[in-house]
This record gives sequence, structure tokens and C-alpha cells, in this order.
Amino acid sequence: MERTILHCDLNNFYASVEIGKDPSLRALPLAVAGNQELRHGIILAKNQLAKQAGVKTGQTLWEAKQLCADLVLVPPDFKEYQRYSRMVKEIFSDYSDQIEDFGIDESWLDVSGSCSLFGDGMRIAQTIQTRIYREIGLTSSIGISFNKIFAKLGSDYRKPMGLTWITHDNYRDIVWPLPVEDLLYVGRSTAHKLKLMGIETIGDLAQTEYGRLVKSLGKWGGYLWQFANGEDHSEVAKQTYIAPIQSIGNGITAPRDLYDLEDVRLIAYVLCESIVHRLREANLAARCISVQLRNIKLVSIQRQITVPVAITTVSHMMRVVMDLCARSYDFKTALRSITIQATQLISRHAAQQLSLFDAQEDESEEALDVVMEQIRRRFGTFSIRRCSMKQDLALTDFDPYSDHTIHPVNFFR
Amino acid sequence: MKHKTAVVALHTVSGEVIPLFVVWENGVKYQIDKVLRKERAASLKSGGFGIRYTIRIQGQMRYLYYENPGWFIETLG
Repeated sequence: MERTILHCDLNNFYASVEIGKDPSLRALPLAVAGNQELRHGIILAKNQLAKQAGVKTGQTLWEAKQLCADLVLVPPDFKEYQRYSRMVKEIFSDYSDQIEDFGIDESWLDVSGSCSLFGDGMRIAQTIQTRIYREIGLTSSIGISFNKIFAKLGSDYRKPMGLTWITHDNYRDIVWPLPVEDLLYVGRSTAHKLKLMGIETIGDLAQTEYGRLVKSLGKWGGYLWQFANGEDHSEVAKQTYIAPIQSIGNGITAPRDLYDLEDVRLIAYVLCESIVHRLREANLAARCISVQLRNIKLVSIQRQITVPVAITTVSHMMRVVMDLCARSYDFKTALRSITIQATQLISRHAAQQLSLFDAQEDESEEALDVVMEQIRRRFGTFSIRRCSMKQDLALTDFDPYSDHTIHPVNFFR
Repeated sequence: MKHKTAVVALHTVSGEVIPLFVVWENGVKYQIDKVLRKERAASLKSGGFGIRYTIRIQGQMRYLYYENPGWFIETLG
């Protein structure tokens, strides 16, 4: 039985929500951007007028201002973005229980079971698009097809306010002329490899011999061939499915350049406190720590290490992080940003059972972490901190746990 | 911009919210003559979205939005 799958993409989401809050912004070129003073000012989203002037997501603020001198900048309001996103998903739930989010502003819906009640895929898509506009004030582009890949290409096809139905009869006309990097799961390096093989469009990919693709790209070559030919059978996840956490991390671009290990230590402490707090909340411990350092020339390195005893405390994580940094970086060039990720996550309970020798030290460290978290919960994040952090408040005065900046998925493409 | 307003409303046992009076800035309570319509809607004029009540108050038609937990009022058109 053929499926009917929708992919809904909220147009220029953050910018549209800001206009939703303040309609007077609609007539101006608008971008949502981070804080320039703290040196993490980049464009997170732009509206149609700004887009027409050439403003792109991910640009720095000065780049954007050069392209568009009248650009109005507003800071992000994640609480509101989550509220708008939640209300849109409530509309979806009137038409399906298989709703798979792809970031805060995109979702797939499998409406196969609803067609007998609400009409065909296009009808349901029209209804949803109209309701999102009327009830929430946002525009959206919806792709309709018999698989997830084509549905997503459909929503990309026309923005804003598009409705595109990709069928067995028209996919060669709509999908195949598109550049191969538009296909989901084709990133920069895969696109490059394909171009070296003479494959420029999705159609080229579809018509390349299956065996040749598998030979060059392995398993994924075969998957991409299937996607390009409309043979994606992946299911749209049910609403109640919660994917297991693969990693917990925090990172930041420092407000000033970091010249030595001491500077890094101060920032790392703040990041580790947040990561350990989140690990404890998720009832997890980490067996592997990865550190990514980016210098002022914007060159990054990433190093990681797996530890025999899983990490549950700030002091343990700090020892591992500082050791990695000391061994990986000579500080000939100053650093600009640092990201710490805890991976290879195991249950906290299992971790505590296994650490026989470090048990005593860990218990008191753990008690310290727990008390700090409790005090912070009652009196605020900055009500208590380690003395060493006061050495340079400019560096340590941030709160990754509460700030929780969400970058739109497109930012990473 | 949004005209936030105080409202006296009845919250029924079944969870419905029925606006009864609009309390103006001067503190005067104006009774709502009638609620003509109730629907989910966004305000492209004032901003925000919620449940929009089309009401008649003092003989005049108005839109009264319930954007939990607050209310705002708007002229039609």
C-alpha cells in the first residue's frame, strides 16, 4: 500500500516568529542574530526582504550589514520559538500520530491513514498550510510524496508558501534536474566525490549504475541510488518515540582570545558544570570526552579520549579535559572557541557499580556537585561558583545550561 | 501594537473560557453584550495568536484574543 507522506517546513522560522510578535517588522529587512559584543554574533535567520538583499544564515553581522545596510537585528527568543513550534505540532496531531521532527521548524507526517477522513495528500497539506497561517500566523512550504526524501525535496521546491506534490509521474521532471547536494544525506564531501564521478544532478545519480555507486561510496552509495529513484522506505517515527541520547556537550566562543591553559581551564569549568548537570539529569555517565578547539585563525582541531572509569563528576571531567588540551595544543596561536562533548554514554547506575577504587573520592566530589546544583536551582546560577572562576569574570560569566541556544538545522549544512 | 487588557472571564467545569467583562484602564468594567464567534486565530495586526472571540461590547464589534495567560483587544478589519 503506497504511503502519503508530508514534509512541512516553516518559512524563515525565527524571523517569521519575530514578525508574528511584532507585525510592524514585516515591511523591513529583518534578521535574528546573536550577541555581537560577546563575539557570537551570527545571523540565525532572515526574512524574505533580507534574503533578497543577499543576507544568509550563518553570516557574521558585519558581512550581513555590508550586504544590507538597513538590516534590522533582533535577539533570539527561544521560548517563543518553542511555543510557536509546539502549537504547529498540535495542528499536525489532528492529522497523524506519526510526526517526526527534523529540527524546530521542520517535520514529516505520515498521513496515509487519514486520507479516507480528510482527503488526499494535497488536500490535507492545503488544510494544514491554511490552518498554520490562520491560527498561528506563519507561512509554510509543504511537500507531498510517497516517501520521506521526495517529500522533503517537495517542501524545498517552493518557498515561501509552497505546496508541491511529487508523484511517480512527475519526479523525473521535478527531482532529477536538482543538484545532487540537495538530496538529503549528501553533504559537502559526498557531493564532491559524486562530482568527480561526473554526477552533478540527482537524475545523474539515479541513472548511474547501482554497482558503480556501491563500489565508490560503499553502502551509502546504494542508499543514495534508492533515494534518487524514489525507493526510500524509511518510516516516519511515531510521535511518542524518543531517540536515545548519543552525546551531551556544550561549547562557546569566548568573549576574548584565550592565551594559555589557565584561560581554557576557567571556561572549561563552566562548560563541564553544565555538562555534568545534564548528565545527572539524564541519569547517564560518559566513557568518552571529546574536545574541539578553534583558534583565532578559525582553524579547528578535535581530540578525544575514552576513559576506563566512566565520568560522573566535574572534577573527573576537568582532569580529562585539561589533560587532552595540554597534550593537544601548544598555544602558539591563541584560541577563540572551545566545545566539550561527552559521548559513549552509559547508565549512571552501571557506572557507579563499576568504579571500585575511585569510589571514595568520587562520592565527595559528587556530593559537592549535587549541592552546587541544588543551591543554583534555588538561588540562581551565579549565586555560587568556584573561587577560581572569579579570577576572570569576563570569561566565566555565562550559563550554558540555561541559555540553551538552538541553531536551526540548516546552520550546519 | 498589542492592546493588552484585563478581562473577567468564566472558566467552566469543562475547561471552556467565556469572557464576561472587559476591565478598561480607568478601572471601569464594561459588560460584553454577546460572544458571536470563537476560533483559533493569529493577529496579523497586533501580533501574537490564541483563541479569538468576536464580541459585541457597548454596541461595538471587537476581537478579543485569549493568549494564555493574558488577553488583548483589537478592532475588526
